[in-house]
Amino acid sequence: MYEFVSGPLVWIAFIVFVSGMVYQFVTMLRSAKKDKVIYPYMSLKYSLRSLFHWMIPFASRNMRARYEVTIVTFLFHICLILVPIFLLAHIAMFEFAWGLKWGALSQVAGTYMTIIVVLASLFFLIRRLMMPEIQFVTYPSDYLLLAVAAAPFFTGLAANQQWFDYQTTVVVHMITGSVMLMVIPFTRLSHMLFFPFTRAYMGSEFGAVRNAKDW
Amino acid sequence: MGLPAIPIVSDPGLDETVKELTPEKIANVVNRILDNETAARFKVYMKTCVHCGLCSDACHWFLSNDRDPRFSPVGKVKQTLWEIIRRKDSLNPAFLKECSRIAHTECNVCRRCSMYCPFGIDIAYMIMVVRRICSELGMVPQFLQDTVNSHSVTQNQMWVKQDEWIDTLQWQEEEARGEIKTARIPLDKEGADVFYSVIAPEPKILAQLIGNIAQIMAVAKVDWTMPSFDGWDNSNMAMYSGDFETMGRVERYHHEAALKLKARRIVMGECGHAFRGAAYDGPKWLGWRQPPIPLIHAVDFYHELITTGRIKIAKKFETPVTVQEPCNIVRGRGLGQKLREIIAATCEDFRPPDPDFEHNYCCGAGGGAINCGPPWKTSRVKGNRVKAEQLAATKAKIIITPCHNCHSGIEDIVGGYKLGMHVKFFSEILMEVMEIPDEIKV
Repeated sequence: MYEFVSGPLVWIAFIVFVSGMVYQFVTMLRSAKKDKVIYPYMSLKYSLRSLFHWMIPFASRNMRARYEVTIVTFLFHICLILVPIFLLAHIAMFEFAWGLKWGALSQVAGTYMTIIVVLASLFFLIRRLMMPEIQFVTYPSDYLLLAVAAAPFFTGLAANQQWFDYQTTVVVHMITGSVMLMVIPFTRLSHMLFFPFTRAYMGSEFGAVRNAKDW
Repeated sequence: MGLPAIPIVSDPGLDETVKELTPEKIANVVNRILDNETAARFKVYMKTCVHCGLCSDACHWFLSNDRDPRFSPVGKVKQTLWEIIRRKDSLNPAFLKECSRIAHTECNVCRRCSMYCPFGIDIAYMIMVVRRICSELGMVPQFLQDTVNSHSVTQNQMWVKQDEWIDTLQWQEEEARGEIKTARIPLDKEGADVFYSVIAPEPKILAQLIGNIAQIMAVAKVDWTMPSFDGWDNSNMAMYSGDFETMGRVERYHHEAALKLKARRIVMGECGHAFRGAAYDGPKWLGWRQPPIPLIHAVDFYHELITTGRIKIAKKFETPVTVQEPCNIVRGRGLGQKLREIIAATCEDFRPPDPDFEHNYCCGAGGGAINCGPPWKTSRVKGNRVKAEQLAATKAKIIITPCHNCHSGIEDIVGGYKLGMHVKFFSEILMEVMEIPDEIKV
């Protein structure tokens, strides 16, 4: 089992993830051609202006108004992206398989960052359950997606802390990590891919066509 | 969730049409619009929205209705588009009626939510897709559809006949000449610097605004003209009902009238939605990158007249004023700064609203909502309580609204919430403060 999840499954996950992202990207570019306003209105200057304002904490009005969401969201996303790439255990796996190597996070930092992802997921869950305007637009799939995103981090933490049977936890961790990678392109987790483009288009339209700010 | 019942409003445009709908008819239209007319934006927005609800606080409907989730931007999309997609082939007529109520009467497509969505999802565009579907099924509130029919038949919003139009202009020219000797309304003059266009309610019910502009043009010595023929109306309710074919026709007439007179540029009266139609929505639908001849809004024009000294200010307006910043020229054209500058140049005591500029709340009337007519007035006024509170907090006496929709919507709110304030177009302020040289005074 361990051999399968740490070998072929990871391969499959990466292949599905990469090809899925490429497929979504190409599909988006092709349908953008059909949507006649997109290419004529896109502007690099205003795209970057908008992205800049929405990738800096508190640089937009809504981020200032909802400061708690802003803090948690930024921490969540930063940790969610950095931990898988820079965790020593992950780098060791890559080194073992392909001989590739890059700088790693310290063990303590990795652990704390993982805890942040888990706690932030809990924050999002509570928010979804407690706030009527979010509850109203919540489908079961929203909980499922949150679980999919949080599971690799929770199981990773569990393995690291040896909370349960280590071998089993590691296997579950690898499975949940692979599942998350594979579903990104095909679920709303694909906002990872689409975010820069939706933001860029809105920034272009507000900037170049409407001479206004969009933050 | 224990939400209060939404009052039932009877509207023949919806109540009668719903009887003629069948699930098959609905499925046909839905499939046609979603498969052929919507493309990248629609699909990517649907895939990207993570249902976070962060757009909610942007919406005056949501804030004014005690944070009722059914009025949040994403809540409105959920009740309409998500359901349409989920139940594509089994949509019942009653559901479509709900869609029209939500999309036509409870959203002003003001695009404030676009500035609150972290992903920049254009929720107003999604609501317009719903309106498009409703319109193709004839599911449009009656008063709104009536204006669209008028556009379609007469090329103007209010069934104004050509002789009535010319007659009104001549009457207003006479009125203006009662004040200023040189005031004229030149008709069909070729090659003029300014082609001036208005919305049809001006000749129909607010004709003195045309007389005012004749005086302003005379004082500023502007070389201008108005057409005696169709294309003089720059308003466009088809843009908001979802009848984009008629919308395109109306915009083409407007631009072509100016082209026919070889005007150097179009100056549009104080209306926001008309500007939106002429500047972006019309050109987009017609496949034009830009309008064929330069086109500016009245605020831009007044700014030019005042800053270049063509109009001098005799005495500043003394009563405390605040401003309603129209979505379609401030969030829609960045004219907020120029609007502030002309107010600063003409008014002594300006009380800024909070929030302001691009973040100002919508008047609640735009986006075709006020055109849905009297049946929907109560819910519309209720849906804009935050605006009333915002205006009251300025403690101003006059609200300057350089937009017809804002003007009417704010008047309803002033009445509804007993604010004791008055609403004025900027041209009315200008009429009171501009210096009229003695040699042209009557």
